[in-house]
Amino acid sequence: MKTFLLATAALSLSTGFALADTIRLATEGAYPPYNFINDSGEVDGFERELGDKICEIEELTCEWVTNDWDSIIPNLVSGNYDAIIAGMSITDERDKVIDFTQAYIPPAPSAYVALSADVDLKNGVIAAQTATIQAGYVAETGATLLEFATPDETLAAVRNGEADAVLADKDYLAPFVKESDGALVFAGEDIALGGGIGLGLRESDTELKATFNDAIDKMKADGSLNTMIKKWFGDDAVTW
Amino acid sequence: MSTTCADPKTLEGLVWLGCYLTNGKHLLFYRSIGTVLLLLAIAAPVSLAMGFGGAMAARARFWPARILGRAYIAMVRGVPDIVFFLFFVIALDQALEFVRHKIKCPDWTDPVFRGSDFVVCPEAKLPLSSSPQIWHEIYGFSLAVFTFGIVFGAFAANVLYGAMRAVPQAQIETAEAYGMTHRQSFWRILVPQMWLYALPGLSNLWMILVKATPLLFLLGVEDIVYWARELGGAKTQAFDYPHPDWRVWYFLALLVFYLLMTYVSQKVLGRLTARLTRGQATLGGEAMRKGAAA
Repeated sequence: MKTFLLATAALSLSTGFALADTIRLATEGAYPPYNFINDSGEVDGFERELGDKICEIEELTCEWVTNDWDSIIPNLVSGNYDAIIAGMSITDERDKVIDFTQAYIPPAPSAYVALSADVDLKNGVIAAQTATIQAGYVAETGATLLEFATPDETLAAVRNGEADAVLADKDYLAPFVKESDGALVFAGEDIALGGGIGLGLRESDTELKATFNDAIDKMKADGSLNTMIKKWFGDDAVTW
Repeated sequence: MSTTCADPKTLEGLVWLGCYLTNGKHLLFYRSIGTVLLLLAIAAPVSLAMGFGGAMAARARFWPARILGRAYIAMVRGVPDIVFFLFFVIALDQALEFVRHKIKCPDWTDPVFRGSDFVVCPEAKLPLSSSPQIWHEIYGFSLAVFTFGIVFGAFAANVLYGAMRAVPQAQIETAEAYGMTHRQSFWRILVPQMWLYALPGLSNLWMILVKATPLLFLLGVEDIVYWARELGGAKTQAFDYPHPDWRVWYFLALLVFYLLMTYVSQKVLGRLTARLTRGQATLGGEAMRKGAAA
């Protein structure tokens, strides 16, 4: 009984800290330069810098969490963290389950990457990450869709010939194409998919949505968001 | 090492490799080996205990316990592990938070279930949002242990149930002839002898458990397979140590790790079998007795 009382006392003490605003931000950590785990083992990338900046502007205490892409939405609605900031495009399907802030990256093109530019994109085997807008698009084009759990595996599938091409955000693919010494090339036309990239939130979390929107507004107004986009995605990136 | 490794892009050869293999990310990889071993060290006895309880319940004379034990074995064995790890864990987490919510925030009027959202008061969160990340990891780890315990416990229960029935009836009859009660003959005669029959089945389960740890990442616990995949993936110049797709090397390292685990397990299980065989009324026990006599 005594230990029980002590435990209760400890619990009631610890709840005092809960009143401080700690926002838990979840990311995938496998999608450079949007978000990745750097060589020290920490979350890094465009979204890390953006998230930290937003928290600084709104004076929030933020904590980073990595979560598997497959279960990133279920864990959000279940309350294991408060926001998804993982290069997630705003789509109608996702909007039914979760809510989005305004976009922090404008609708950016998706692109095909293959070993040669004349690959058959209509009837070939196209790799894409599971549960992405690109995977949805490939399924509609009539090409054979080959899904992978991580973006890295989609590119590997093209390199080893398992897939004819990969469809992903162009900003993700560009560094790999550039550094492949001509082994990988862009194929076909760029495709516009999705309504830009925003932070994913629980639909009931309207207050947090307003806070984040306010911070993004400020960063759009003073141009710091554009500077950040150019820093991570190059000078040719689409800005506001 | 720290000064040598300050500017990795200028390094070459073995120095580069040395710095690469000791960077923060690799240290997390090495640490995850410990996480996996710890999980095994805790999950195995928990599963065994669950299994023992399940087997006892399944052969109980009290019928509600019997129904419960058999339902547990049948249901859990039939559900795919991945479903268990995605659905059950989230449901369990929500159930715990819901109970805490009812206790800690009786004045809360907003609904908890709002569409697909599950919202409890901040004080009821498990762990609290403001807790350091380590607590979230410990919590996820505990959920993982518990879930592994339930899943593998069901399989273990079936193995133990079979093993209890394999002990020769004559042994129990003799015990009863000596005047032992049902309980005494169970604990003194049946249980000590059944392990030998259970061992082959339990060793199978152990080997499966060893390889089941990648399911951990579904719970946000980063295991060795996650890190091998993450470290092996092609890295662009955005990283300090850019390299092409090296997953094959990392998976080779995993192969060696798992082979070592298998080897050690085989050795230990072999010794255990020899130990348990001693004095048993089985072919092996008989051979041992004759060997000792000669």
